[in-house]
Amino acid sequence: MRALLLLAALGAVAAATTENFVGHQVLRIVPSSDAELQKVQELQELEHLQLDFWLSPRGLGNPVDIRVPFPSLQPVKAHLEANGVPYSIMIEDVQALVDLEQMQMLRRRRFVPLSTSTFDYTSYHTLEEIYAFMDLLVAENPNLVSKLEIGRTTENRPIYVLKFSKGGTNRPAIWIDTGIHSREWVTQASGIWFAKKIVQEQDEGLANILDQMDIFLEIVTNPDGFAFTHTSNRMWRKTRSKRSGSLCVGVDPNRNWDAGFGGSGASSNPCSETYHGPYANSEPEVKAIVDFVKSHKNIKAFISIHSYSQLLLYPYGYTTTAVPDKEELHQVAKEAVAALSSLYGTNYKYGSIITTIYQASGGTIDWTYNQGIKYSFTFELRDTGRYGFLLPASQIVPTAQETWKALEVIMAHTRGHLY
Amino acid sequence: MAELPPTHGPASRAAALATAYISHRHGSPGHGWVLRDVRRARREDIDGIGHKYHLEFVLEDIFEKDSTVNCTAEVLYHLGNEKSAPDVQFTIEGELENTDEAHNAFYNRIQSLKKELEAENIPDSYGNVPPEMQPIRALAWAASGYVIWQNSTENTKYQLAQIKHVKQVKRTDEYLEFDYVILLHENVSQEIIPWQMTVLWHPQHGIEVTQNSCQPKHALD
Repeated sequence: MRALLLLAALGAVAAATTENFVGHQVLRIVPSSDAELQKVQELQELEHLQLDFWLSPRGLGNPVDIRVPFPSLQPVKAHLEANGVPYSIMIEDVQALVDLEQMQMLRRRRFVPLSTSTFDYTSYHTLEEIYAFMDLLVAENPNLVSKLEIGRTTENRPIYVLKFSKGGTNRPAIWIDTGIHSREWVTQASGIWFAKKIVQEQDEGLANILDQMDIFLEIVTNPDGFAFTHTSNRMWRKTRSKRSGSLCVGVDPNRNWDAGFGGSGASSNPCSETYHGPYANSEPEVKAIVDFVKSHKNIKAFISIHSYSQLLLYPYGYTTTAVPDKEELHQVAKEAVAALSSLYGTNYKYGSIITTIYQASGGTIDWTYNQGIKYSFTFELRDTGRYGFLLPASQIVPTAQETWKALEVIMAHTRGHLY
Repeated sequence: MAELPPTHGPASRAAALATAYISHRHGSPGHGWVLRDVRRARREDIDGIGHKYHLEFVLEDIFEKDSTVNCTAEVLYHLGNEKSAPDVQFTIEGELENTDEAHNAFYNRIQSLKKELEAENIPDSYGNVPPEMQPIRALAWAASGYVIWQNSTENTKYQLAQIKHVKQVKRTDEYLEFDYVILLHENVSQEIIPWQMTVLWHPQHGIEVTQNSCQPKHALD
């Protein structure tokens, strides 16, 4: 008996009356002789029994299903037994099944995956769904994955980082963050995919990396902003901090770092999308990472992921002065982009931030580079403007897959050139 | 004349402007283009006049990623007078696909609607565009090309981000008229700017933006 049919079958009755179905049973009879068939057909005449035929008598060998109200159960069964008509109880308690089905329907509407294998990587998710995913991942892979709370947002949401580690103490590490700008939805979605990829990975490349290094992955770097893109404004970029004296909300978390802070390439206007904030690290989302990086002391590669434009960038953004490691970073970027393109032919450009896009001060990887994290990179993922921030969900997995190829190059290079 | 790395900001901004201009001149409910790649860029500083970019670039059809077209353009940004739109001259390699049939189908469909067309959020938050809205989006793409061209400087890079709202305005003549509120994304300031445009279209007479104005930002917060 298909569960959904139950409510459909009851639908008319349930709608017409306010009765419930406690104690009602559904009996099935398969008449195998004319005599049996006749006895069943007789039941149809007995209106006082209030029988509800879900499958009416049609002929020999065809099942007859009857919903029998509780008060009629004893007389009906007595009638059938006295006449030697075999029956089976298909549903012991109709109301119990209705209740169960209602509950399942509610769950189905907000499908709650029970494992990361049933999680839908091909669609965009809410903050709650992503946080639930993290817990599932940790529960399924307790020896590899743990969840760290590195701080709280302005609106007091927890800020989580997943740690992938095969052991050791404070191993050299790779940091990846997505979603620092909340409207860049393909990045958080890719972060989820990366997390699953890391635990699934069978091949040598990643295994080699994890033998020596830890990976830290912050999937929702700007939780307040992300929640806001779901509830109020899909195009929200900044944090959600409020300052007295201004009607405008939020600070650009990629202008709030202590590298050329407040210089050209950021705005001092709180209403601007590139507002740098009142002082460096004013945003708890930024400060949490700063504190983490400073206390860890052993991060060797730092990759901050944005969209859109299809670019792979290295420092600096705040000054035209080239970084001392420019040649090496340029070469790594070149290889990473080649690997990325090899999958779907997606065209990326690469270079320093200031030459490739524009001057931007107070940026993440400028700070991390100046902290001594040589392999500091920023990605701008798909696309180049056809959909921009509103990238169709069908492109999440291809984007994540090709980006992962580039990340593998960066991670392998880091591992092969530890410093 | 200085050779510019095609990967660099100024070259890509000039190419984006040329793309917008080409979309404005050749776009339609069946056709729109986005910049895929800049192949070559040179900059000429003309004393007392402005900066002229010489570009070779590739455009990609917004409906079909694999359909590309090679273009060249000269973009002159006027010095000192930012109110004046840049001058753009361009060439397109080869012939553009004829979409007369699609145009007529769209035209007839809209003319036969009982109620004026009205829609919002195209694409939606998840990037979805219902198939019947594709021509409406392409029309906005072409019309926004005009708005982008008129408002661009060397330091801006605009992109149509979303159609917030579109409403058809019934007319007594043969033209179709749509009133749009679009969101433009400006890539340097990162601002999302609401912009109103009134767009006229006819299969034989092309697109005209009869009215357009920047809208206050606060509505989005």
